[in-house]
Amino acid sequence: MSVIILLIIFSVIVATAFLVAFIWAVRSGQFDDTKSPSVRMLFDEDIPKNDEGSNKESKDDR
Amino acid sequence: MDRIKSEEKKQVRKEIICFHCGDVCREDHVVFEEKDFCCNGCRTVYEILKDNDLCNYYDLQNTPGITLKSRDYDEKYNYLDNKEIQEQILDFKDGNTAKVNFYIPVIHCSSCIWLLENLYKLKEGVRYSRVNFTKKEVYIDFNPNEISLKELVMTLTTIGYEPYISLEQEVRKSRKSINRSLIIKIGVAGFSFGNIMLLSFPEYFGFEGIDDILIQRFIIWLNVLLSLPVVFYCSTDYFKSAFSGLKQNYINIDVPISLGILSLFLVSVIHVIFSLGPGYFDSLSGLLFFLLIGRWVQSKTYEGLSFERDYKSYFPLAVTRLVDGTEDAVPVNSLKKSDIIRVRNGEIIPADSILISDQASIDYSFVTGESEAVQKEKNDLVYAGGRQVGASILLRVQKPVSQSYLTQLWNNEAFKKEETGEFETLVNRISKYFTFSVLAISLAGLLIWLTIDMDRAWFVFTAVLIIACPCALSLSSPFTLGNAMNVFGRNHLYIKNTHVIEKLTHITHIVFDKTGTLTESYSGNIFYEGIPLTEEENTWMVGLVSNSTHPLSRRILKNYSSAGADHVVMDITNYQEFKGKGISGAVDGHLIKIGSMQLMNGDGGLTNQDVPLKDDDIDEDLRFTKVFVSIDGKIKGCYRINNLYRKDLSQLIRTLGEKYRLSILSGDHEGERESLQKIFPDHTSMLFNQKPEDKLDYISNLHQVGDDVLMLGDGLNDAGALMQSNVGIAVTEDITSFTPASDAILDASRLTDLDRFLRFSHISKKIIYISFAISFLYNIIGMSFAVFGKLTPIVAAILMPASSISVVFFATFAVNTMAKIRKLI
Repeated sequence: MSVIILLIIFSVIVATAFLVAFIWAVRSGQFDDTKSPSVRMLFDEDIPKNDEGSNKESKDDR
Repeated sequence: MDRIKSEEKKQVRKEIICFHCGDVCREDHVVFEEKDFCCNGCRTVYEILKDNDLCNYYDLQNTPGITLKSRDYDEKYNYLDNKEIQEQILDFKDGNTAKVNFYIPVIHCSSCIWLLENLYKLKEGVRYSRVNFTKKEVYIDFNPNEISLKELVMTLTTIGYEPYISLEQEVRKSRKSINRSLIIKIGVAGFSFGNIMLLSFPEYFGFEGIDDILIQRFIIWLNVLLSLPVVFYCSTDYFKSAFSGLKQNYINIDVPISLGILSLFLVSVIHVIFSLGPGYFDSLSGLLFFLLIGRWVQSKTYEGLSFERDYKSYFPLAVTRLVDGTEDAVPVNSLKKSDIIRVRNGEIIPADSILISDQASIDYSFVTGESEAVQKEKNDLVYAGGRQVGASILLRVQKPVSQSYLTQLWNNEAFKKEETGEFETLVNRISKYFTFSVLAISLAGLLIWLTIDMDRAWFVFTAVLIIACPCALSLSSPFTLGNAMNVFGRNHLYIKNTHVIEKLTHITHIVFDKTGTLTESYSGNIFYEGIPLTEEENTWMVGLVSNSTHPLSRRILKNYSSAGADHVVMDITNYQEFKGKGISGAVDGHLIKIGSMQLMNGDGGLTNQDVPLKDDDIDEDLRFTKVFVSIDGKIKGCYRINNLYRKDLSQLIRTLGEKYRLSILSGDHEGERESLQKIFPDHTSMLFNQKPEDKLDYISNLHQVGDDVLMLGDGLNDAGALMQSNVGIAVTEDITSFTPASDAILDASRLTDLDRFLRFSHISKKIIYISFAISFLYNIIGMSFAVFGKLTPIVAAILMPASSISVVFFATFAVNTMAKIRKLI
């Protein structure tokens, strides 16, 4: 039966890992703006980096 | 826009919508590449976007643009070249990297996000931009060697996204989101709640015979461990608030909550230590989880709107100062008496000054709500807060910014008082009685059980304290008011926080500002109706009205000149003014009369009935003034002049007048008293020529006679009164534009729904009462378990979440149903 103790410990550790991930996500501001990411993911292009990318291509896609 | 339309033109006109901004286009609108644009500004933006392959903008959303009408930005941003000011605005600057966060109030759709995040295609030097839609902010990373801050702002302005730069910027920087820590607390409480529930499952199903005593002890101690962050981290806000309440001899709702949390925790720990049972850890963590969610619902606000703005957020950051003939942008705060400043077209005058230039035309619409520009001559005193329209002017500063006529209003103590504590919410009022009755019941239980069963007595005592925790009670008001706030928001009444709704139910006196609140702040249209006037006749009209200084004549004249009529000096003989009736005169041998029907006495031609106006309709009568025109004894028709009173005003005033005392505070002269008396009930007090301080004092006098005041105003001159009143509502034509500090912001077009809003706030209060009743019902059930000594952990674990959830469901459902019945959603 004492294997249960082991299992519980593991499950709590995994749960704690998710809690830590959640706290990190909140701290890094991922919950500050819930509207724009949902819109942004539907845009054709990638998020701009330094290079001027494939804007021609996307224009044809639409 | 003000254009006299003769009858034919006024007929069926199909609506042409601007391709860029979606405004209705006028007949002479701009057509470019087979697309319609309402103005050249919109066309320019389209061209810019098209040249840069950014036309996706128009695919994501129909007519996403922002109209560029009446936006002046020439030279306005010169101050951004000043190093000192740049430092204030930029978040970060080092070599060829600079980062800035702009607040852009006009951000409103997905196209906006797309365009602003593709800014790098539009301008070399922009590396990266990212929009925060809820806060309406854009974060831009750029290379200051390739594009200056000024150019960046100018670019944003040209495509319609003018950033909002002001002294407030510094405040915004330091404002950190409090919500984050609340969300983390909810996460932690949810984590503990879930795990403790899971570990308590064997208990729930009565598997008491977990033979292995080791496993049993392990689970229980793990529960203790998991509940520690709940008590010592998640509950801290409640303890703090309860403690500070008690220090002031005041029992708020957090006192019984803290009492419940502490007794739950201590009793559970004692149970565990003395092996009396598994403790109430599941109830404890569940309780906190629900409480924190309630708090989160209550704390939700409109982040894109600012309710706290004072004059600083409206005044510019910098102004051009002339020293020995050289111009230099300096921060406004460093202005001193007798400094000479230059104010350009569209800029705001930051301090009371004397005009050095020959002439100035100053628009005080932000201050008074009156959009007509005021003419000033050399050596006139110009008050701060006005916006110069036209050529740039030179001014000599008379008083520093903080001591100007307008800004000294903010030195009044009304702006210094802390708002908290002054208003006792419903929940807090009840919590006093609640706490005492809970303590009384638990003591009674203790005493009675002491005579029956000593061991049970302490258990009963603690059980009552545990079950009586007013979780459901404290949830009913956040959920009801939070939902009501959403309902109001959908109706364009944006409320600062949920307390405002409660305050609305106490209102006994409503005070209106006139200009900009009861009236529309832009000058409305003038229509000519009747037999069309010939070109020649029109010039006669211009000639005649230009002789008169009557406001109506001025407006007719302005209308003609904005329609492009030339101002010709004409020989007018026999010019006469009839007080309250009109004017008459002879031009080229023709007798012309312009004025009311009385003046037309005896003239033939059209009659009052021929002009399509419902004369008996008081609203129509109030909104329009008819000015008749007769030439050589024949009435030709009339000018229908919009009086600028808002639509359906009399209806609103009638309903409000039955329930509330009403007042009007106007900064204007008494000219409108008569027309106001037509719609306002007799008991209305009307005060004219009110200075900003007068308005504030009037409200405090009302307080002294025991009235709870709702103030509606729009301009900076109402700021004091809005602050002093119990609820101040800022009325605005455009939600994104400047509004003074207030408790709520109302879209001007919805002003006429004010009585419905007030009624709905009363309904919300009733819903809170009913949810109180529901939570009391659960409390009675729980208490009866408790006093009979039957409150096992499992009963608590079922009852406590059940009461919370049912109250939440009831509040949400009831508010939305009532809103549907009242046609508010």
